[in-house]
Amino acid sequence: MRHFSYSRPETFENASHIPDHARYLAGGTNLIDLMKSDVERPEHVVDLNALPMSQIEERPAGGLRIGALVTNADTAAHPLVTERYPLLASAILAGASPQIRNRATNGGNLNQRTRCHYFYDPDMACNKRSPGTGCSAKGGRNRIMAILGTSDACIATFPSDMCVALAALNATVNLIGPEGERAVALRDYHRLPEDTPWQDNVLRKGEIVTSIDLPPISFGKNHTYLKVRDRLSFAFAIVSVAVGLQVENNTIRKASIAMGGVGTKPWCVPEAETLLEGKVPSPSLFRDVAECLLQGAVTDRDNAAKLKLAPRVIIRALLQAAAGTPQSQTYKSIS
Amino acid sequence: MTDLSVASPCRLKINGKSHTADLPPCVTLLDLLRERLDLTGTKKGCDHGQCGACTVLVNGKRVKSCLILAVSIPDAEITTIEGLGSDGHLHPMQQAFIDRDAFQCGYCTPGQIMSAVALLEEGHVRTREEIREFMSGNLCRCGAYNGIIDAIEQVVSQQLQNRAGEAA
Repeated sequence: MRHFSYSRPETFENASHIPDHARYLAGGTNLIDLMKSDVERPEHVVDLNALPMSQIEERPAGGLRIGALVTNADTAAHPLVTERYPLLASAILAGASPQIRNRATNGGNLNQRTRCHYFYDPDMACNKRSPGTGCSAKGGRNRIMAILGTSDACIATFPSDMCVALAALNATVNLIGPEGERAVALRDYHRLPEDTPWQDNVLRKGEIVTSIDLPPISFGKNHTYLKVRDRLSFAFAIVSVAVGLQVENNTIRKASIAMGGVGTKPWCVPEAETLLEGKVPSPSLFRDVAECLLQGAVTDRDNAAKLKLAPRVIIRALLQAAAGTPQSQTYKSIS
Repeated sequence: MTDLSVASPCRLKINGKSHTADLPPCVTLLDLLRERLDLTGTKKGCDHGQCGACTVLVNGKRVKSCLILAVSIPDAEITTIEGLGSDGHLHPMQQAFIDRDAFQCGYCTPGQIMSAVALLEEGHVRTREEIREFMSGNLCRCGAYNGIIDAIEQVVSQQLQNRAGEAA
């Protein structure tokens, strides 16, 4: 790892005055890895761990606020999360390993970078790592790359599981920065690569994620996080689907659905959710929803399989949610 | 802001003993343990958070020491494999790894044992599938996984017997 200077501010004001060529550090499970790989080369590291962002608290209007510095493990194990937002707990437990989840934070999960092989290799052209050099993933070994939201400049997949559940839950991201505080819908937080793939999200210089708000919504047992990957554990999604349904008298009143592993950001299509509402669950309805979710998909050399796999995962996830039988993240056989 | 670029004071309690060192911020907890404190029981495998060989406990939680800057955990309490047993007395998990032939080359073993000790505290040990899932952050390229799960199950059943004995 290259040398850098280090600071540990105790106020948001101090933390938001960030010099050029600096990076914020939270859990470090992604940033330090990238620094070892020479992908990230900060001259200064601002450690956020002394800032007061480690609470999980109930909101006056219902809902929950989860602090940016709460670890993924503590979030997934928190009674208020397991009782009210089991979909979020499930998605967190589907990702990484126990040791990583003990260190990785909620804010860091939002801001993690892609695991594109070419992004990770400083010898390869990559517009996300080195703007203007080109995209080696296009036409390269790209079976893990995205099929939705891609551009000529970048086809890197956004790797988070947690954010897929947060998108399905319509969470809000709270930020603080030199110009004050603002809130951004999770679904709008990550950017499409377009022609500026180095900007993963809407964060401005000196802005910090302070917390994530979960709205007061309950899907009861009608939810699931279904993740398909190359090995059963400790692997990124090839395709994943988060679903939450509000079902009354066998009719879907409200539906939330988001996809991971296939998009350059957590993938949501509001029209697909509308398609479900007011309908009786059925395989043919779910096939229509899958088609709607995957509209505009573009495959490249090696990743066409995702377009065959994705509808099956979407339909299976919707069946699980409709039946009230969420996928276990310990017992991995898919029912 | 304090600029700590040259060498930052780092205070840690490791296996019950206080340590103070001046460190460049880029030194990981793993490199501090191995290269500066001669605690070489903790192993460097991939150095990228994937293999689990560097697993230690920080404030009682299992983490990958290769992905933590030593200066970023002031006053933390660290437990390494050297801190588990005492002279002449192995920790029950260490003994179980011997009893159950839970290693071949032994390189991943300190990380496996530290992870398994934390797993017992977490309580995800109800079935073999659950143990397997919650040990997925520790790779063993010799493939001693069945022995590792046997060893963990041995300690779980010892604990249950001890508790039953206390209750009786």
